[in-house]
Amino acid sequence: MDLINLFVKSVFVDNMVFSFFLGMCSFLAVSKNVKTATGLGIAVVFVIGITLPINYLLNTYILSPGALAWLGEEYAGIDLSFLSLIVFIAVVASIVQIVEMVVEKYSPSLYASLGIFLPLIAVNCAVLGASLFMQERGYASLGEATVYGLGSGFGWMLAIVTLAAIREKMAYSNVPAPLKGLGISFIVVGLMGIAFMSFMGISL
Amino acid sequence: MDKNIYLQPLWKANPITVLVLGICSALAVTVKLEAACVMAISVTLVTGCSSLLVSCLRNTIPNRIRIIVQLVVAALFVILVEQVLKAYVYEVSKQLSVFVGLIITNCIIMGRIEAFALGNKPFPSFVDGIANGAGYGMILIALAFFRELLGSGSIFGFKVIPQSFYDAGYMNNGLCILPPMALILVGCFVWIHRSMNKDLQEK
Repeated sequence: MDLINLFVKSVFVDNMVFSFFLGMCSFLAVSKNVKTATGLGIAVVFVIGITLPINYLLNTYILSPGALAWLGEEYAGIDLSFLSLIVFIAVVASIVQIVEMVVEKYSPSLYASLGIFLPLIAVNCAVLGASLFMQERGYASLGEATVYGLGSGFGWMLAIVTLAAIREKMAYSNVPAPLKGLGISFIVVGLMGIAFMSFMGISL
Repeated sequence: MDKNIYLQPLWKANPITVLVLGICSALAVTVKLEAACVMAISVTLVTGCSSLLVSCLRNTIPNRIRIIVQLVVAALFVILVEQVLKAYVYEVSKQLSVFVGLIITNCIIMGRIEAFALGNKPFPSFVDGIANGAGYGMILIALAFFRELLGSGSIFGFKVIPQSFYDAGYMNNGLCILPPMALILVGCFVWIHRSMNKDLQEK
């Protein structure tokens, strides 16, 4: 039950895009049509879903203060937490590399349409952000960390797919020239954020 | 040196309003002016220093693994900044929480390294990095100014809206403190910026 609750919370209440603004760059750039947006969304869910458990294990058994105690008494005093940033980003970058190779092999059309944004998932802040939040909030178990990862990935995907749908429709509206494209997208995301705030405080 | 290197990023090719780089942190840390200033300075330093270092190394970095090298260089400076902030301005570093770490994934740094530092001499790269950081910081501080003024009625934590206004029925706009308003404000900045620069408008 706790896990379902955590999942719902990370999809709707703590949505990566609308409450933390993470992963905005690719969010704005790749949301021009629904198909590409869905592809990128799935790739992000996949990457966060894999990196979070790995980073959780690294954090619990290697990086956090006193985590090396399982090696023996003399290691118990070591605190490697200053290394966490660099370790997390290395894990993210290597997983992204793997995803890129898999997508290129099995779905060349998706690979072509995602273009530069596939390698850029490595610097998608939502992915690194999820790992850092996981560390900061201290999730208790591997299960919780994985569910949180999948939840925030889905939240991000939901956000990009809905924005892409709105932008497809918006192509037919009469927007003032200076506001066209980027400007109106920002405002639409802001309004969607206000709508998402109504989920605040929901728990199962 | 071409003066465009440091003038372009401030206005015509501003990282936030034109290139759409580094939006995430721009929106998240702008509730209070103090945090925004600290963030602006940190990003400027990290961008400048990592451009400088990558530019010094540019002839020795193998092309295939350059992304990893760039990330490691950026991470080096971010960790330095993070430790300094924790030591000297602990309160602000608590407020910024994960966003200091997220400077690594701030696209401005990677973007400038890819687009400029890899093909230019160290000094121009350093100036380019600093100018882009400053262009980013400028928008950050402007955003924080409006959000703090309208949302909490203060600037740098000092009350600037007199009590008599509140007595007369003025109220702080709570929406300004909430995340969505930051997006709408950036949208308005883009609007103003593009109505002044007609050539940037999208068809």
